[in-house]
Amino acid sequence: MSSATLSVVIKNFYDEYMKNTPKKLKVVDAYLTYVLMTGVLQFVYCCIVGSFPFNSFLSGFICTVGCFVLGVSLRLQANPQNKMQFRGISAERGFADFIFAHIILHLVTMNFIG
Amino acid sequence: MGRTQAKTMSSMSSPLGVKSLLVFTVLMLAWLAGFLSRLFAVIRFESIIHEFDPWFNYRATAHMVTNGFYNFLNWFDERAWYPLGRIVGGTVYPGLMVTSGSIHYILNLLNIPVHIRDICVFLAPIFSGLTAIATYLLTKEIWSPGAGLFAACFIAVVPGYISRSVAGSYDNEGIAIFALMFTYFLWVKSVKTGSLFWSSLASLSYFYMVSAWGGYVYIINLIPLHVFALILMGRFSHRIYTAYTTFYILGLICSMQIPFVGFQPIRTSEHMAAAGVFALLNAVAVLKYLQSVMTQAEFRHFFLVAAGTAAGAVFLAVVGLTWMGVVAPWSGRFYSLWDTGYAKIHIPIIASVSEHQPTTWFSFFFDLHILVATFPVGIWYCIKNINDERVFIVLFAVSAVYFAGVMVRLMLTLTPVVCVLGGIAFSRLFEVYLKEEEQSRPQSGDSSDDEDEGEKNNKYDKAGKLRKMKHEQQASNDGLGVNIRSMVIVAVLMILMMFSVHCTWVTSNAYSSPSIVLASYSQDGSRQILDDFREAYYWLAQNTDTDARVMSWWDYGYQIAGMANRTTLVDNNTWNNSHIALVGKAMSSNETAAYDIMTALDVDYVLVIFGGVIGYSGDDINKFLWMVRIAEGEHPKDIKESDYFTDRGEFRVDSQGSSTLLNCLMYKLSYYRFGELKLDFRTPPGFDRTRNTVIGNKDFKLTYLEEAYTTEHWLVRIYRVKKPDEFNRPRIPVSQRKVKRRNVYLTKKELYSDHDTSKRRRGIIKNRPVVVKGHRPKTKLT
Repeated sequence: MSSATLSVVIKNFYDEYMKNTPKKLKVVDAYLTYVLMTGVLQFVYCCIVGSFPFNSFLSGFICTVGCFVLGVSLRLQANPQNKMQFRGISAERGFADFIFAHIILHLVTMNFIG
Repeated sequence: MGRTQAKTMSSMSSPLGVKSLLVFTVLMLAWLAGFLSRLFAVIRFESIIHEFDPWFNYRATAHMVTNGFYNFLNWFDERAWYPLGRIVGGTVYPGLMVTSGSIHYILNLLNIPVHIRDICVFLAPIFSGLTAIATYLLTKEIWSPGAGLFAACFIAVVPGYISRSVAGSYDNEGIAIFALMFTYFLWVKSVKTGSLFWSSLASLSYFYMVSAWGGYVYIINLIPLHVFALILMGRFSHRIYTAYTTFYILGLICSMQIPFVGFQPIRTSEHMAAAGVFALLNAVAVLKYLQSVMTQAEFRHFFLVAAGTAAGAVFLAVVGLTWMGVVAPWSGRFYSLWDTGYAKIHIPIIASVSEHQPTTWFSFFFDLHILVATFPVGIWYCIKNINDERVFIVLFAVSAVYFAGVMVRLMLTLTPVVCVLGGIAFSRLFEVYLKEEEQSRPQSGDSSDDEDEGEKNNKYDKAGKLRKMKHEQQASNDGLGVNIRSMVIVAVLMILMMFSVHCTWVTSNAYSSPSIVLASYSQDGSRQILDDFREAYYWLAQNTDTDARVMSWWDYGYQIAGMANRTTLVDNNTWNNSHIALVGKAMSSNETAAYDIMTALDVDYVLVIFGGVIGYSGDDINKFLWMVRIAEGEHPKDIKESDYFTDRGEFRVDSQGSSTLLNCLMYKLSYYRFGELKLDFRTPPGFDRTRNTVIGNKDFKLTYLEEAYTTEHWLVRIYRVKKPDEFNRPRIPVSQRKVKRRNVYLTKKELYSDHDTSKRRRGIIKNRPVVVKGHRPKTKLT
């Protein structure tokens, strides 16, 4: 019974999502899913093969987590429902900040990757 | 006093231009006042690097400037920790050196030739101005611009911060406090706006802090604590999510760029709180999102499943990491923060440093003066009108008070927050008592003006949520007459004036001594400069081989390396406890045993600091018990602390002192030929002014060492360790000797030397005993 309810819940969630989410956010969500997959893949690889060049693994993994987190932040800021929380941050401003943070992240990652 | 006047004016209503001009002027004046009051040491003495650690920083900076940044990062210093050496590039926080090195580089590009030493000397005073500005910005975000100006003025002159940032005190803390305050400002800003831009800047500033000081651990624990507290208080918002996750990820990968930090941020327990809060915040964000999408019942059901799996995953992760030993336990220095007795029992080397001692109440007042009384008021205001960023300052204050109580040194992290909160308290006070004066006039004419005035008041407190305060303020001021108000204002101004007088006095008297140049004042007020340290180091630099090895207690390692440029055995970077213990053992055993250690370590010269002639209390005899303790920790069979006390448990150097003490190397090197010195007519020969006693063992000779140099006031004494052929001569049995020995204190040596002779006799035949004999009458005569 419990699994049945869970599937119902997930189905409801899916319908809700498809209906109520703007297209822009769906694009961001697709990107987030991709990044999440990359992160999982890296982690699985690390578990199977080992993390020998440790800083390379770390920089790759942290960079993935960073991309994910920044993407989530962008999504939060772009979401019209959150307008009240992010006063003074337009979608464009949010995107510019997103790029700025990414520049820092990738520069540092490249330095660290060895 | 001009400062406070200007400040109060700035909070009056004025057009934007005048207001920003005032802010600018006040900050400039604060910077200038802070800079100037830190120059006492330069004016009284000279432009010189102070104390101990700054000498290493200076030496490293000079190395970096001459050899370039990459050579600095790869620098292996074979002149320290002989014979081990030290990997400097990987064991140093390079922020300080890079900062002054880049200033030097820029100035040189602009064709302003400045010696790197002058940049090092003036770096801390210049950064104190930047700290003032960062404090202003932080306080402005938390409370109001007026409070910010107060805080900036306070931090510019408060002794608790000046103690680490006078001119010449070229240490990490000087720039780290700026980085700390600036990171906090950017963090508060990013929490307020939720902007990725500000939190990226916060992580960059955090990166600078990591590169500058080991105290960055404080930031990476306080900010997660703030986030955690906000979540617990039900103040979670998406702004906090964006601010913290961005800050954490960028800060994490940035901090790992520093070679000294390396993988620590993911390996040690000190950093785990931040990672945990990061995971928690993500979980909370996911739940919030699902909550917004699902219905109540669905969410509850989902929550149970999700919470169960999440708890299981976290549990497995923790078990797995512990099992694999990935996460290192807390370091000893960290333990000593929680358990104040820990260092004393387990790590004497940490406990031996005076700045690691618990803080006395006296020094709270001494360093903070009136602020220590007013900052609880600031906390009270912040708690009363709580919002996200005020939670932060309250947590900052509470944790900093705790840490400052544990260690004198951490007074430094308390000082800025005390200034911020003190600024808030004074600003509120002036708001209440100065504003009402304007209000009282219209009040007499028309009482309906109250509302407008109240609105006006609110303008100055930019941080919202002040509705409540307005009512309360008006209620509390009902019965205040003009007289009371002016009396209060005058009294507060007097207090502020006394504060700045106190600050100047403390700075000039307590914190402006370079401690390598001493000053003594005679009765007519004239000043006498005692330059013994530099005299001795200069002697070493000029008269010894370039690769000569100098043994001294670790306090003086950096100075010897920096000023004399000679190889040292141990220095202030106390990374190898057993090596230090070996030196401590050499110092605390008798001459023969010490000679074995010294030959094993290739020691050429021994340097001791002796204050008995001028009454300098920081000398090696007073530090001696720590040497014994540290040596005992590693060599419990050979050294016992109780041997150095009298039967009644006293540590004394006079004739009642224990014989172990009176025969150990440190005693002999300190007091060699001191018994012949008669300081003045009232005291007997051999009177030690530091300990106010006549020394116990006056008349002894050194067998394995010879006096090489003693400075003018006997402050530094340098001895040369003899080569085996210099003291080893054919031994005449006691019965055949013509001159009988009278010195009782040498009997121990004979005891030991019995079994040595057979070994050494071989060497004598090779070397000419004639040469050695020439020495004998000479040493006897002198």
